[in-house]
Amino acid sequence: MLNDVTFGQYYPVKSFVHNMDARAKIVFMIAYIVAIFLAKNFFGLLAVTAFLIFVVLLSRVPFGRVLRSVKMILFLIIFTAILNLFFYSGESSYQPLVEWWIITITWESIVNMVFLALRLFLLVMGTSVLTLTTTPVALTDGIESLLTPLKWIKFPVHELALIMSIALRFIPTLMDETNRIVAAQKARGADFETGGLIKRAKAVVPILIPLLVSAFRRAEDLGDAMDARCYSGAKGRTKYKKLVFTWRDLLGLLFLGGLITGVVFLNIYLGGKFSILGYFL
Amino acid sequence: MEAVKFENVKFSYREEEDEFAVNGVTLSIEEGQFVAVLGRNGSGKSTLAKMINALLVPTEGSVTVFGLDASDPKNTFEIRKSAGMVFQNPDNQTVASIVEDDVAFGPENIGVPREEIGKRIDFALDAVGMQAYRHATPSRLSGGQKQRIAIAGVLAVMPKIMILDESTAMLDPKGRREVMDVIKKLNKERGMTVILITHFMDEALEADRAIVMHRGEAVMDGTPEEIFSRADELETYNLTLPRAAYISKKLAEGGMPVKGAFNAEELAEEICASLRKI
Amino acid sequence: MRIVAKDLTYTYNPKSPFATQALKGADLVIEEGEFFGIIGHTGSGKSTFVQHLNALIRLTGGSLTVGDYDLSDKKCKFLELRSKVGMVFQYPEYQLFAETVEKDVMFGLKNFCKGMSEEEKQKAVREAIETVDLDYEDVKDRSPFELSGGQKRRAAIAGVIVTKPEVLILDEPAAGLDPLGKQEIMQLLHSIHGGWCKTVIIVSHDMDEIAENCTRAAVFSEGKVVMEGAPAEIFRRSDELIALGLDIPVTAKCARILKERGIEIDTDFTCDDFISKVLALYARSGGVSKADTGAARAEKADAQGGAGDAQ
Repeated sequence: MLNDVTFGQYYPVKSFVHNMDARAKIVFMIAYIVAIFLAKNFFGLLAVTAFLIFVVLLSRVPFGRVLRSVKMILFLIIFTAILNLFFYSGESSYQPLVEWWIITITWESIVNMVFLALRLFLLVMGTSVLTLTTTPVALTDGIESLLTPLKWIKFPVHELALIMSIALRFIPTLMDETNRIVAAQKARGADFETGGLIKRAKAVVPILIPLLVSAFRRAEDLGDAMDARCYSGAKGRTKYKKLVFTWRDLLGLLFLGGLITGVVFLNIYLGGKFSILGYFL
Repeated sequence: MEAVKFENVKFSYREEEDEFAVNGVTLSIEEGQFVAVLGRNGSGKSTLAKMINALLVPTEGSVTVFGLDASDPKNTFEIRKSAGMVFQNPDNQTVASIVEDDVAFGPENIGVPREEIGKRIDFALDAVGMQAYRHATPSRLSGGQKQRIAIAGVLAVMPKIMILDESTAMLDPKGRREVMDVIKKLNKERGMTVILITHFMDEALEADRAIVMHRGEAVMDGTPEEIFSRADELETYNLTLPRAAYISKKLAEGGMPVKGAFNAEELAEEICASLRKI
Repeated sequence: MRIVAKDLTYTYNPKSPFATQALKGADLVIEEGEFFGIIGHTGSGKSTFVQHLNALIRLTGGSLTVGDYDLSDKKCKFLELRSKVGMVFQYPEYQLFAETVEKDVMFGLKNFCKGMSEEEKQKAVREAIETVDLDYEDVKDRSPFELSGGQKRRAAIAGVIVTKPEVLILDEPAAGLDPLGKQEIMQLLHSIHGGWCKTVIIVSHDMDEIAENCTRAAVFSEGKVVMEGAPAEIFRRSDELIALGLDIPVTAKCARILKERGIEIDTDFTCDDFISKVLALYARSGGVSKADTGAARAEKADAQGGAGDAQ
């Protein structure tokens, strides 16, 4: 069950996208999110989808791999979508399809649900493309570099980046550890599958405590190991991997600028998300 | 040259108690030596090791590393540059998710220029035979490979002393062999001073010198052969002989003219020789 | 409880690019009363195999019975099975969690024996803690995290044996301990073996440990059982073990070299047997030995205590 967590796992192949500067990719990501939320109609989202497919193809990461990251939060997407379906409160120009108790389903609410689900889907897909094509180190370096201006207000940028990088590094280790502890407590008769909410919450204690103890032990060890390798903060530190902004990044950003402009134009000329209903009803 | 010198060193984890984890150790280690430190869990051997690179500072007495006083915070950085340390748990020493980034961590910390770091990574990964895994993820490697990466991470700082604090304890036999081969090579070919903390008696046989710790004191000191020929004394410190040494001792007690053997090959040799003598 | 595994197969992450087949048709029978050793590389499938024995991993291919429990049967009482097949994982001290040693040891009992009275539970906990050679009065109210490394491991083992499992499986029980600690753990296992605990199964990388302690052993390689038998039989085939990249005991290494020189020693590869056989050979070939075969046997009894020493 926990083995399925692949979010944020670097997929090591060489590609145009992999070779892009992490900073550019982060900016790219932000712009991509802006595009998703700028899009007011399905044509806009279609353009974003086409763009995403193009990027995934370019990145040479198998589609299945990108889709798997969505699988993890599929429940969340469905849950929000259904809530939206039932409790959409906007105006409706068509006859309600279902009216029961406090639930009303209209054509608009269906459109709204699909729209929302698609947005979330695109959001997660995009984020995972970023993490699949960028090593966690490059990613944190990128964030550190983009946050550099904050150093002026004494914000501990380097420390924050290091913490993020270490956290990412320890995710698989702690996953393994969790699996091991779960198995060990199951062997002692622990039952995580049945019972009410309180019983299940209580059942987590025998996993959580050993996990915490082990995390602290690891942190202590890691602290020693970092000290032993002469770690003494950001001062006097050099960097092995330098982020280089290249023609790729420029090209990518130009392309993205085009996408956003396109989305805005589509918004203007093709109306809101409900205009699609006009084609069918 | 004297690499490490302990002078009447005491160390206590709790200030108010006079229970010493290390209790009056005086010894010195020459540059280029391969020293094994043996002892039961809790005998103070890890505490001893951590004082060499100033992770711990002696409560009493002094530790000097290449003439620098380890108690002086001004020397800490220099000492850690010259004395690197590899720890027990292979999972808890890497900071990065890619091998080369992890190896780069040490050189980055001491401010090595970027071009030079690349060279150091090459050198360190070659020395431990892990060049092929340069872009791999440490969490996917075997225990032995992880420890070799940890050694490479220390090597990249270019220390003169390598301390291994039970670095083989959590490995399977194959991993242990890999790590032992690497550190033997570093010692023989590069003249690296190696301080190996272990409770595998057979690993001590690879060293030039063995020190036995017991209740915070260095109670035995000599070549591994000397140490293991004093079996009864070892037993009082709750340590045991390597199996081959145990067998040869029992055979000698049984009346066979065998000399102390320390591994299977020597043991077979001794048995052959004594059967031939008849 | 007799364990019969036939053609076990198991794949991790099936139908994904990370699918790895850990078991590829493993057959093994472990009789009641054995002190069984399981040998193999990391990734040979041995851990996957033992986790099948108490249904921590559900059977997906092949058949497996443990005593009267048929694990291919969906209605099999898995919880009951787990109370009878105890499992001590590698570094079990990392599973301790309760505020006191007593509470931690009681965890299994609370899960398995819900009908038991508080008094009986306390008695069982006391017994388990004493079995692992800890001082009950001293440790019962202490936090398990305060104990020393060796004590923690014992407390964790107590937490598994508190339900008196008929089969006890231990993955590398001596890993990370110093020689004396290792010896003490093995002694502990021998002391419970044969009582309520009828079968002990250890997974170990240490061939000397297998040679000294086990009545029978199996070698796993690439998801299959490739060798099975008494340690003496297995280590006689040392060439095959070496070809698999596995270690062999010091005694077997020595016997191999002697054999090349034309000296055959018919030993079961335990230290004591090896010593007495060599001494006997020496005496037979006319050497003046303090020990003839008879005396060597007496020597053996004397050496019993020290046998595990040389690790």
